[in-house]
Amino acid sequence: MRACALFSSVLTALGFAVFVATALPPARAADAPDPAADAKAFRDYFVKKFPKVKLDDFVNGPYSMNEDMRKQWEEKEQFPPYEFALEAGKEMFATPFKNGKSYADCFANGGIGVRQNYPMFDEKEGKVVTLELALNRCREANGEKPYSYVKDEMASLTAYMAFTSRGKPFDIKIPADPRALEAYQEGKRYFYTRRGQLNFSCATCHVQSPGERIRAETLAPALGILNAMPIYRSEWSGMGTISRRFTTCNSQIRGVPLEPQSDEYRNLEYYLSYVSNGLPISGPGARP
Amino acid sequence: MASTIRVRAINSGDITEVQALIQHPMDSGYVKDAQGQTIPAHFIQQLTFEYDGKAVFVADWGPAVSKDPYVKFAFKGAKKGDDLKVSWVDNKGASDATTAKIQ
Amino acid sequence: MSRTIGAIALAAVLLPATLIPARAASDADFKTAYAAADAAEKQAGALRNQWTTTEAALAAARKAAEAGDFDQAVAQAREAEALAKASIFQATSEKEAWKALEIK
Repeated sequence: MRACALFSSVLTALGFAVFVATALPPARAADAPDPAADAKAFRDYFVKKFPKVKLDDFVNGPYSMNEDMRKQWEEKEQFPPYEFALEAGKEMFATPFKNGKSYADCFANGGIGVRQNYPMFDEKEGKVVTLELALNRCREANGEKPYSYVKDEMASLTAYMAFTSRGKPFDIKIPADPRALEAYQEGKRYFYTRRGQLNFSCATCHVQSPGERIRAETLAPALGILNAMPIYRSEWSGMGTISRRFTTCNSQIRGVPLEPQSDEYRNLEYYLSYVSNGLPISGPGARP
Repeated sequence: MASTIRVRAINSGDITEVQALIQHPMDSGYVKDAQGQTIPAHFIQQLTFEYDGKAVFVADWGPAVSKDPYVKFAFKGAKKGDDLKVSWVDNKGASDATTAKIQ
Repeated sequence: MSRTIGAIALAAVLLPATLIPARAASDADFKTAYAAADAAEKQAGALRNQWTTTEAALAAARKAAEAGDFDQAVAQAREAEALAKASIFQATSEKEAWKALEIK
């Protein structure tokens, strides 16, 4: 009787082990991240899923997924709703700080046509620096108070800088620094990790369900999703930065948002921008 | 102060197509701010497009129209180079006007 | 008679014990329940994975306690603790589970 019970429990344990082994994802050699391979696989996934969409068109988010929405958007682009923010941003960018210096002094090429290089990995700091972060650091370095990452001023400034880079392909670099690779990997991990009471990851909507609806919205594909930022969102009746979008996406799935420009968000932006390398900057954008 | 009205009028044969984007908060009066105070109603009540002294398009707006409204319409009887006057008045008595050349 | 006894016995078994508190909750009960919920939520915070609904339940618990409704306060605090623990479980299991969603 005892031998029988022991045998059957061993069998169960073995069976369980086999079950667990096959259920686990296959072990990768050394699990070393290969960003270039990731980016190619990322692109291939969306191109295969949407064979009729031209590669560059993915940056137009839901408009690349829905013909009717596209027609309305193309019409509005003749008089885009972000025009006021763009003009404000241009003026803000050109206005010197109280100490006489200006934003142009903080950026390569005077800050014109450089948006596609952000985020970049700062080897001195050992962290990812986004455009929004760089702008506020520029302000603080010149005796000015930083702007909120989720309000109009930052949106206007980044709208202008994006506009000067329109058409230029994303050119995110990952230097041969293990910390940069780690930041990239952290961003990737954040993207696929489920969070919030609704248990969604970014991938749940933007990898598994692009083109489909969530309530009344048509979901954008993750490929090229940051290329149009910042965006005028009709839902917000206003402009929104990348920080605003990350934090509101979190709260929408019932996750308490982290602080704007937290490490997690900086790394996420790094990952998402890198896998969209080669796709053109289309910002500032307009979305429903 | 810069004009709140951005307008483009394109003539093609008999038809002139007009697009306009107007900068205005269009507060409905039903929205509360972060402190729980109602943001007072502040919206355009009338928008008028005039050609050759006559109104070719008049809009009576209310709280249902969103911020920074966009308008598009077409009318007959104008020529390239003619003037098109656009003006609005809001519920606070403020107004703005601009004149654009039909292209 | 036995039928009635049987019915009462059945009802006593079926009615969950929590619906019939032995006594009304006190401020001390609330403080204990809230401390547990708060500790769990802090742990979730360290894992960078708090839920908005957990925060809402904690706030509701505090509000009910302030109003003197300790039964409600304890119930909300327990709800908050459950939510916080679920968010901790989510963060822990997602440490490996995320790989299953990755595009390869």
